[in-house]
Amino acid sequence: MKEISFMLNDEPRNVQVEPNEILLDVLRNKLGIKSPKCGCERGDCGACTVLLDGKAVRSCLILAVEVENHNITTLEGISRAKLSALQEAFMEFNSFQCGYCAPGIILAVTELLEKNPHPSLEEIKESIAGNLCRCTGYTPIFDAIMSLTGKGTK
Amino acid sequence: MSLAHEFAYYKPLRLEEALSLKQQYGNKANILAGGTDLIVNIREGVLKPDLLIDIKRIKELSQLNWGNDTLFIGSNVTFAELIENEVVQKNFVLLHDACKTIGSTGIRARATLTGNICSAVPSLDSAPALLCYEAMIHCAGTGSKREIPVREWFLSPRKTALQEDEIVTGISIKRIPDSYGIYIKLGRYSGEDLAQAGWGILMIGDKQYRFAHCALSPIPKRAYHIEDLCNGNSLNADLIEKAIALIPSEINPITDIRCTQKYRMYISEIMLRRGLMAIQKRSSGKYIEPRKLMGDV
Repeated sequence: MKEISFMLNDEPRNVQVEPNEILLDVLRNKLGIKSPKCGCERGDCGACTVLLDGKAVRSCLILAVEVENHNITTLEGISRAKLSALQEAFMEFNSFQCGYCAPGIILAVTELLEKNPHPSLEEIKESIAGNLCRCTGYTPIFDAIMSLTGKGTK
Repeated sequence: MSLAHEFAYYKPLRLEEALSLKQQYGNKANILAGGTDLIVNIREGVLKPDLLIDIKRIKELSQLNWGNDTLFIGSNVTFAELIENEVVQKNFVLLHDACKTIGSTGIRARATLTGNICSAVPSLDSAPALLCYEAMIHCAGTGSKREIPVREWFLSPRKTALQEDEIVTGISIKRIPDSYGIYIKLGRYSGEDLAQAGWGILMIGDKQYRFAHCALSPIPKRAYHIEDLCNGNSLNADLIEKAIALIPSEINPITDIRCTQKYRMYISEIMLRRGLMAIQKRSSGKYIEPRKLMGDV
């Protein structure tokens, strides 16, 4: 066991981990952060997306020990004060049904909008090309994101 | 749930420490940078290392340096960094095209170019670009250093010229003046997929050419027969058809879960034809999105 410390949603956290523990599991099972989901466990589905130093990454492919001294942000972090505009848009446009993919997609798009507040539909599609949704057919998701870009829904 | 396999983990600050561990453990130690392949391989039992050496704190391996017309890409440099790098955008268009096709944003933020060539799967998207630019792979062992030309790097699927006690420190590519490149990838759908076929084309001036492919042979390769035919000739419809006729002598595809051998043979013709036409447009300054060439909307 090794104790690691890192920033989780702007709070310093310490946790004991073994080298073979996966970040996703440590977040969910040791730190009570339940928004990242386990889908494929091989980096294909994006359900486990978290922000590592502001960048969307796959927490199922990262060892917990790797994030020592880094910043992790999850959905819990971006909605602590109130729901973000993106989350509000997701509700307005019914952009999820089962909700399993939503945390990952919201985090990936949060990164995109931070870098590029007015993305094209194509750029939006590229940013979530690795986030699978099996309910919506994606259209309501694109509509919600497009509503924030100042370009209207597509 | 943790990974079923247990291992030790070490994150050295200096390359020398990593090298001495690698010398001690040999192939029982794996290098961890992005981990996007490595963690999957450990999870699936393909790799059972005793030790993971995380190289992300070794500063010299994170450099992305441009000087003397040469770009040095340290082994920690991710695809996301390469895509955003202006030198790559301007001088290494073929590599830039290829980086954009790899995985998804969430993978590219973590996965490294060096990791890609060390995984050395037949479908690796970065290989045609590195082969066309004639990249050098920089390797270090304890007390030794060597550079391996990329054409000698790939030995067989998942096997490279890297020795057990060596670590790749980076990859260098030299700018080729007056050159235009394009990478065309065919996947089953847009978004993240491994290549069913990939072709890289580099045109130097208006009469020199380099071609390389991936996912069409056990290892990624240059297509020297096609190059010999094309070199010295201007690009026109006749030359394109003659080049395409040589494809069967260049590739040796298999049938796998992604498509059949016959389809790979057939689609290569279309990819090469469209690629050569597109490179001609690029050389005249026209904007070309390679993904659109294979019907992606």
